[in-house]
Amino acid sequence: MIDKKFKIVNKTFKSRLIVGTGKYKSFNECAKAIKTSGADIVTVAVRRVNISDKNKARLMDYIDPKKITYLPNTAGCFTADDAIRTLRLAREIGGWKLVKLEVLGDKRNLFPEMIETLRSTELLTKEGFKVMVYCNDDPLMAKRLENAGAVAIMPLAAPIGSGLGIQNKVNIKIIRKQTKLPLIIDAGLGQASDATIAMELGCDGVLINTAIAKAKNPIQMAEAMKLAVISGRKSFLSGRINPNLFGSASTTNQGII
Amino acid sequence: MNIKNKIKITVNGKQMLIIPKLSIRNLITKLKLPVNKIAIELNKKIIDKKRISKIQLKKGDKIEIVHFIGGG
Repeated sequence: MIDKKFKIVNKTFKSRLIVGTGKYKSFNECAKAIKTSGADIVTVAVRRVNISDKNKARLMDYIDPKKITYLPNTAGCFTADDAIRTLRLAREIGGWKLVKLEVLGDKRNLFPEMIETLRSTELLTKEGFKVMVYCNDDPLMAKRLENAGAVAIMPLAAPIGSGLGIQNKVNIKIIRKQTKLPLIIDAGLGQASDATIAMELGCDGVLINTAIAKAKNPIQMAEAMKLAVISGRKSFLSGRINPNLFGSASTTNQGII
Repeated sequence: MNIKNKIKITVNGKQMLIIPKLSIRNLITKLKLPVNKIAIELNKKIIDKKRISKIQLKKGDKIEIVHFIGGG
């Protein structure tokens, strides 16, 4: 079966794996992991420049935004106002309109504050941003985000950086059934099989940061995630067998001695 | 120049003394920052980078200069 293209708004991407650029030991390691992962979208954050250390390395010197799509995020924002301010600044750096909205509500569990997230989605969409939205795995809220103009729905698997894998497969399946928008699992994956499961549930892609960056061997884990996403996608498209409580012998009894 | 003639502004939360009528572009050059990799806010308003040579800094101005860092 020929796969349909992975498209966000009108842009086609080769890889269904989106990689975060945080938490690596160095920009060099981050750049290597991204290259190995095959990702053509990376998330980035907006922060103050360090004015006292003028020679400090910059992300843009290691990952070329002309070769790879930067997806600016709103990490650390707890209100719609903060998120909008951050993304306006991101747009000013180099004209980015495709953005990842992430409005958090709790510093410990890092769950999204969905009322502010919905409000931000509406406001940013009106300003011309194309908003990919980090959200809870709530099908009703996912629908509201879609109606508000979101260009991709990005429910969490589990809390950000937790590595717990998908906790609520049923909700993800329901969201999959109800939306034609790109559905991308964002946050909470821990190992390659988690990414495969996400793809087997019919998601269009996954976004992974901590599981790669904090693995003992980030470069190898980047490759594992790349293969896991490809594998999960192919498995989904191939149409799995129906699960059965009882066995079904692989070898015929015909001609048995 | 005598320090008394300098004016105080805030850049990324830190106080800085600059000569009067310094343009934002001059400040960016002084800080050795690449214009194409940053965004600038002056008193909470985003500044169009095409205009930074024309805007002169005033006493008490608050500037934020941001760039991209690693994030998830």
